[in-house]
Amino acid sequence: MVTIEVNGRQIEALKSHTLLEALRRDGIDIPTLCHIEGLAPSGACRMCVVEVEGANGLVPSCAYPVQEGMKVKTHSPRVMEARKTIIELLLANHPDDCLYCARNDNCELQSLAALFGVRERVYKGDRNVHQIDSSSPSIVRDPNKCVLCGRCVRVCEEIQGVSAIDFINRGSKATVGTAFDQGLNVSSCIKCGQCILACPTGALHEQSYVGDIIDALKDPEKMVVVQHAPAISVTLAEEFGLKAGTDVCSLMTGVLRMLGFERVFDTSFSADLTIMEEGSELVHRLKNKGVLPMMTSCSPGWIKYVEQFYPEFIPNLSTCKSPQQMLGAVTKSFFAEREKIDPKKIYSVAIMPCTAKKFEAQRPEMGNSGISDIDAVLTTRELAELIRYFGIDMQKAQPSAADTPFGMRSSAGKLFGVSGGVMEAAIRSAYFLVTGNELQEIEVKQVRGLDSVKETKVDIDGIELGVAVVSGLNNAKKLLEQIKAGRDDLHFIEVMTCPGGCIAGGGQPLNADKKAIQARMKAIYKIDSNDAIRTSHGNEAVKRLYAEYLGEPLGEKSHQLLHTYYAKRDVIK
Amino acid sequence: MSVVRKILEKHSQPKRETLIPILQEIQEELGYLSREAICEVGEKLNLSASKIYGVATFYNQFRFEKAGLYEIQVCRGTACHVKGSASVLEALKQELQIEPGGTTRDGLFNLEVVACIGACSLAPVIAVNGEFHAGVSPDSIKEILNTYRERVVENDQGK
Repeated sequence: MVTIEVNGRQIEALKSHTLLEALRRDGIDIPTLCHIEGLAPSGACRMCVVEVEGANGLVPSCAYPVQEGMKVKTHSPRVMEARKTIIELLLANHPDDCLYCARNDNCELQSLAALFGVRERVYKGDRNVHQIDSSSPSIVRDPNKCVLCGRCVRVCEEIQGVSAIDFINRGSKATVGTAFDQGLNVSSCIKCGQCILACPTGALHEQSYVGDIIDALKDPEKMVVVQHAPAISVTLAEEFGLKAGTDVCSLMTGVLRMLGFERVFDTSFSADLTIMEEGSELVHRLKNKGVLPMMTSCSPGWIKYVEQFYPEFIPNLSTCKSPQQMLGAVTKSFFAEREKIDPKKIYSVAIMPCTAKKFEAQRPEMGNSGISDIDAVLTTRELAELIRYFGIDMQKAQPSAADTPFGMRSSAGKLFGVSGGVMEAAIRSAYFLVTGNELQEIEVKQVRGLDSVKETKVDIDGIELGVAVVSGLNNAKKLLEQIKAGRDDLHFIEVMTCPGGCIAGGGQPLNADKKAIQARMKAIYKIDSNDAIRTSHGNEAVKRLYAEYLGEPLGEKSHQLLHTYYAKRDVIK
Repeated sequence: MSVVRKILEKHSQPKRETLIPILQEIQEELGYLSREAICEVGEKLNLSASKIYGVATFYNQFRFEKAGLYEIQVCRGTACHVKGSASVLEALKQELQIEPGGTTRDGLFNLEVVACIGACSLAPVIAVNGEFHAGVSPDSIKEILNTYRERVVENDQGK
């Protein structure tokens, strides 16, 4: 520990900390635009400048080490003047169209301008004008609103190992863009949306389908059904000012009914279905010397990543469709037949924590006889938008339960919302599928938590399985490289594109810190520990679906509806 | 073997630091940095195409389209600026339908902006393949371009 003087007061700081970390740890609010917790400082925005006695000029606290006895001023007139000027300069090249902006009221630049009392355009001149890139089904880029903080570039490169975007050109012409300045749709972008979470302004936001859904809800010819992913009920509350980790599942179901959705289904149901298929697939591969290690296929960003960067691992990917697509497929087949309704008249909406799910829903193979499994995907943020649009007070909604036949879930399906959850659910059911007995120690603690890489051994009836759970594709990349180099002790690998899994997905409420993500995770594990049915194979509705319609896991009907294929994807990378 | 492969093989252990020399050599050979070349370099150096494109667009020396038959340099130095080179550049962009750094679709011209060409007494000045045109104006541009267009036709007929 070292002692430093801040604004005339002594504070303690860790020797290894940067000045910014020490100040924030002490509760002093230092504005930043380019800083990302956990990544190396870039020092690009200069918002965090402070006065350090004896230093030459103002120093960026994010990239400045603490030293014993240093004297720091964080809010002196000189510092405040400098910060305000930075904001004014950024605004000089910013369109003044907050009213029309996706991030109005939720924008770091806007908040800082308000904080520093910017009340006029101080620097006038020509602004750079760029084309908006809305070529991607998931993400819209508006370089006009970019402040060049570089957070998206670093997240894309350092967390996801994709590097679809970078700084291009120089000086006043500099922008963030793709290789050859083309649309995101032809780039190596995996649509994960982590860049959206990182963006301080409206330069990056999801491709909105709110309008499509409002139209569908108005259409008397259509039966609009909705499903919500496991991670939605524990994050939606944050959009309405409630504490992170508040589970609003039954309230949300009530709200979805008020919005006019005719059926509310739970994607956790089809997560259970996924486990039946994927667990059986794993057992089949183990017994028949299939390609191992098998890798999960629920995370569409990961799938696109493999297709682009590691096509040699395509045979390792589970052929199971993701829970979103499975539910879409059985809705437009089994459900349509049962309700005697033309599947073309069903409009199937999915609420997802994810922007890549929008892309997945549009993959041409994700349908049956020309009818797509899913018609529109909304992020958690867009659902909140829709709820506000219709003036609904979440907290006054009538709690409600999901509809049959796809409303019942086990808590194993709910676990899909966190990194390690698919693995845990799969282990619970694979054990049963092989031995016919229930796992004694049902909680697989080794695969829980927010660590980006988790590995363990699982003993199933004398067979020792090596399993690994990774999230954040840069970590997946390292694991794939190990396997390429000959590592052969793994049988099953769960990969989630977003660090921590879907609770921290690119479609989730903005401005979540690590604590909020932890609270979301705990909420899911709490649901699991309180639930009566904790295994996917124990889900009665899933059993019924097999008995009445699908037959058996990996059967002919399953193959037609619930499984898919992948292909090498040529993109600029 | 492709030009790019040859250049990459010349650098026995290509690293990030060798990126710019490699790009320079490729441009020397091809006259520009093609997409294929950038992707190939990226694969070899384990860098994304966006990163290489980012580095290359930082420097004025790199171009991403094949040069035209005639390279038009527009001086944007101080003297030329005072004498109205901004409107000359604008007129050229209009006439050729390209931005600086670009090449016309017929492959005849490419347009470059230079900081000062060292011929201030001739301002505003443009140079076409090294031939200087003094005191140009937005109106005289078309005529100048036409002389080069005619030259191409004559050369073709001569063949």
